[in-house]
Amino acid sequence: MAEAVIRPNDPPDAPTVAAASGSAAASTVSTVSTVRTARTARRVPGWGLLAVPGIAFLLLFFGWPIADMAILSLTEPSPANYAVFAESPVYRDAYVTTFLVAVVTTGTCLLLGYPYAYVMHASGRRLALVLGFFVLLPFWSSILVRTFAWSVWLQDSGIVNTALMSAGVIDEPLPLIRNALGTTIGMTHVLLPFMVLSLYAGMRRIDPDLTRAAKSLGASPLTAFRRVFLPLSKAGIYAGSLIVFVISLGFYLTPAILGDPGEPLVGQLIVEQVSGQLEFGVGGALGVVLLVSTLVIVGAGTRLVDLRTVMGYEE
Amino acid sequence: MRRIPWKGGLRTAVALIAVFLLLPTLVVIPLSFTEGSLLRWPPRGFSLRWYETLLADPAWRDATLKSLEVALWTALAATAIGTTTALGLTRGRFRGRQLISSLSLSPIVVPTVITAIGTYFVFVRLGIVGTTAGLVLAHTVLALPLVIVSVTNSLRSFDRNLELAALSLGAGPVSTFFRITLPLVAPGVAASALFAFITSWDEIVVALFVTDPVVRTLPVVIFNQLRSGVDPTVAAAATLLVLVTVTALGVALAARRGLKT
Repeated sequence: MAEAVIRPNDPPDAPTVAAASGSAAASTVSTVSTVRTARTARRVPGWGLLAVPGIAFLLLFFGWPIADMAILSLTEPSPANYAVFAESPVYRDAYVTTFLVAVVTTGTCLLLGYPYAYVMHASGRRLALVLGFFVLLPFWSSILVRTFAWSVWLQDSGIVNTALMSAGVIDEPLPLIRNALGTTIGMTHVLLPFMVLSLYAGMRRIDPDLTRAAKSLGASPLTAFRRVFLPLSKAGIYAGSLIVFVISLGFYLTPAILGDPGEPLVGQLIVEQVSGQLEFGVGGALGVVLLVSTLVIVGAGTRLVDLRTVMGYEE
Repeated sequence: MRRIPWKGGLRTAVALIAVFLLLPTLVVIPLSFTEGSLLRWPPRGFSLRWYETLLADPAWRDATLKSLEVALWTALAATAIGTTTALGLTRGRFRGRQLISSLSLSPIVVPTVITAIGTYFVFVRLGIVGTTAGLVLAHTVLALPLVIVSVTNSLRSFDRNLELAALSLGAGPVSTFFRITLPLVAPGVAASALFAFITSWDEIVVALFVTDPVVRTLPVVIFNQLRSGVDPTVAAAATLLVLVTVTALGVALAARRGLKT
């Protein structure tokens, strides 16, 4: 198997152990050991085989479900499932609303996330750690609990309205929940950590010498930021916006709790069709359209940003 | 902070954003200790009665135990499969490796609602809706990409010369793996096991589809309670949910930190 042969960039590393002893003889030893390593490595069965169970598992329990959804959308009872888009404005409206909510959520997250990530990046170790903790905690905490908590803040008898009314600012409770505003507030809160982490990862890849060079050449801190740092942080901006936008499109939980039941988003419609109406075919068709739009956006996004870094691979 | 332009305003803004990130969620904690029987702000008095309900009421207790069981199995399955997959994908040399390693992360990109209904369709065919095994399988799919990414990162960051040294000193490939490779990536593997645990423990959308009235997880019961009549037990359950997550997160971050030192 050709793949078991050590890659060309491995052997030069091999002498490190020998080089530490610093003698001429050592380099001979290292050459011998490299040869032996290559021979040993050849006897090891391909590492690639280890990936087989995982890939098989994903094909079976992820690939099959997606394929099944696509098949049901065409056969349960017929491709006419896709006609719902032509027949009822509810579905088209849901896609438009979902898209708008996703745009606003992404914009708000970027607006709040950029300064946050920037301060995290530019400040000392301890403050960066604290700020990072403030992001990781909500990032990993239950979306259900966070959405539930927002309903305590936003409902008519909730914290915000009670406070405003007792302060005499308003007489009637403000409609903060059961509408697109509630959904957007909740989704911004849920997705902001994704944005901050993407932006921060992008900023860390920027060479600090570049802004330093700009300043030493006479640029004011503001100019150095605007002309050097900001353009260099674009990769993080694209990555964060892509991930937030894509997750927004398929969101179910937050709109279900904070949104307007009369103006459902796509995720809610899909759940309603499948578990409420038991219309697997129509639900499948809605799912396929959502999936295809998601993949088109992700595909377009990969032209701007390396998807692998979006998903958390370190370089 | 010295290098930051317009630092005063920026600092205030960032402090406010930090409050926005953390504070809203915390209201569930005081609510869970209320004496009143309504889930309403402000909480009245102090009592542990809703925690008693959480432990005594079979519906809540069973769901809590089921959540723990499913999350532990998911952590185990996702870590075992994910670690071997990460090894295969980083070390293997075969055609389409890049493509496959990108595709193996697709459960992150595909909207969870879609994964949920697809899984439901397949589970109906297999007759495993409302089973613990089904829940574990579905949650393992969601947790797997996290484990693959996390283990891949720790595999890439360690010095492979250590393995070559062991091999050149006469250790076999198997003993090199167990005595050199595994101990070195162990903190990363442990952290990803905890992340897989949290993923399952908090998961709700897929669980809504593949659970039934008998086999339910804690988030599913919370969600159903939120839609019907609400008593403050929900706040107690929510507090428990977050408490377990925060503990697991703390341990995971400590383990990862161990990797770096």
